[in-house]
Amino acid sequence: MLACAASIFAIVVLIAIELVAQSQMSWHASGLAFFWKFNVDPQTGVPLFWDPVNGVFYALPFLYGTLVSSLVALIIAVPLAVGIAIFLTEMCPRFLRSPLAFLTELLAAIPSVVYGLWAIFILVPLLREQINPLFIDVFSNATVVRLLGWTGLVGDNGLFGGLNLGLGLLTAGVILAIMILPIIASLTREVMSTVPHSQREAALALGATRWEMIRIAVLRNARIGIVGSIILGLGRALGETMAVAMVIGNTDQIQKSLLSTANSMASVIANEFAEATSDLHRSALIEIGLALFVVTILVNGLARLLVWAVTRGNPVRVN
Amino acid sequence: MKADLQKNRTRNTLRTATDHLATGLAVLATVLVIAPLFAIFGYLIYKGASSLNLAFFTQIPKPEGEVGGGMANAIVGSGVLLAVASLLGIPVGIGGGIYLAEFGRGTSLANAIRFTADVLNGVPSIVMGIAIYALIVFRQKHFSAFSGGVALGIMMIPTVTRTTEEMLLMVPHSIREAALGLGVPNWRSVLSITLKTASPGVITGCMLAFARVAGETAPLLFTALGNEFWSVSLNQPIAALPLQIYIYAISPYDDQHRLAWAGSLVLIALIVLAVSLVRYVASRGILKGAS
Repeated sequence: MLACAASIFAIVVLIAIELVAQSQMSWHASGLAFFWKFNVDPQTGVPLFWDPVNGVFYALPFLYGTLVSSLVALIIAVPLAVGIAIFLTEMCPRFLRSPLAFLTELLAAIPSVVYGLWAIFILVPLLREQINPLFIDVFSNATVVRLLGWTGLVGDNGLFGGLNLGLGLLTAGVILAIMILPIIASLTREVMSTVPHSQREAALALGATRWEMIRIAVLRNARIGIVGSIILGLGRALGETMAVAMVIGNTDQIQKSLLSTANSMASVIANEFAEATSDLHRSALIEIGLALFVVTILVNGLARLLVWAVTRGNPVRVN
Repeated sequence: MKADLQKNRTRNTLRTATDHLATGLAVLATVLVIAPLFAIFGYLIYKGASSLNLAFFTQIPKPEGEVGGGMANAIVGSGVLLAVASLLGIPVGIGGGIYLAEFGRGTSLANAIRFTADVLNGVPSIVMGIAIYALIVFRQKHFSAFSGGVALGIMMIPTVTRTTEEMLLMVPHSIREAALGLGVPNWRSVLSITLKTASPGVITGCMLAFARVAGETAPLLFTALGNEFWSVSLNQPIAALPLQIYIYAISPYDDQHRLAWAGSLVLIALIVLAVSLVRYVASRGILKGAS
């Protein structure tokens, strides 16, 4: 039994050793600069990050793609997840609670590849034809450009400039948001239900309305746990592979626009690993995987500690 | 006095309005979360059901561009992969869970293992894929069903461990004490009393882990690889349902898209069945609130 339990340690160590060993070649080629350097094309002045044909491997665009798509996902998912958690724990009529909780759990059970399939055929056209034009209109509106032009976020070079393909960072962010919602929602719900009832009753007895009670008694007491669950959702978003690989567009570039195609750390591995052109290429992809491994371990560890701090050792589980 | 009262009244109206607004926003959030779920299931059933037929379950894929064919080899392939995964993941996971709940309870080693299991649960599946590639495929110099099964099995371990532990912890102490009081050795009491009492919960935990890895694609990309033909050999590349869905989803042919929808419907049906079953069992008796 101890051997079985210890095998979990062994697995983590084994993964780490294998990834480190296999990424040696790339590490020797570029060292830490792998994550921030790039070459500049002498003729056009365009930065070159990733060029398997000429053996140039720098991972900056993938870090950027992962970060931006995860941030978009968090911005969309967090308010919705906290909203549904508040509704389910504090407002929902009893007969609706368990079916709604089941439906959110079901959202977590859908495989990544099915999300990707749905995104390619339904979400991408929807965003391209209905939703993106709205944002483009707002962001290229003359008044908005005049007022906010100094931020660099509006206009043709802003967040919604460039070609509207439907694929890209925004689409990846939206599908990621749908995928991490259930994790954040169910954990938030659990930490909210650990807030003692006496706190709620005290707030209500002082004459608070229901929302004031939620704000003062529930959200304030549960805030560390909620932050923990958000970080856990972030951890999931950083490593999510298939759905992102199917809609992000797979180009190795950094552009400000959310409509531009990009590549995340996980998606570049999924797309290029099986047909890597050279040993260095494969080694560079494994180094990206190693970085992803380290980052997700740190993020998950931090989130677990925060959630544990709130639930006081009654460990919370996500599935 | 009157002005004060007036001020109080406006303030109260404002507070009530805020309360209503917050309620409205929470309801809106709930609707927005449930909407994509119905959109996904609606499209799956609409697109998938119209393309499901007998050929889907009995034929192997036709060459690219030709109409027809099915995913029989992928369904069987998924079965083989999941069998290998279960053989590895379930015994190790249950063993780990027993250790955490019974033998190592409260020790710092058990806490460390529990923490590691939770963290391992969050490691991206694609990382698991390249790790197994480096460990097995790279050494053997060829892709194989075995390596895919191992990748999935390793992903099952943390989930099975944690659910087993939780189920065992729910067994009442009096039962353990009764067994020990009769002079049964501890290991015997754990195996034949505690584990047996908790077995419905442990089984559902295993099914949950099973359902989770059944839909995994990323760890199979560089291990099982996929296969257009019949193969059940552990030493050869093998097809798998999620892998085949991925390949068909990004292909340019309409007929392959049709098969991808049908495959997704079958996959989702299996997973929803497993999850509902888990929920049904979990809502009964000693396992209340477990899933």
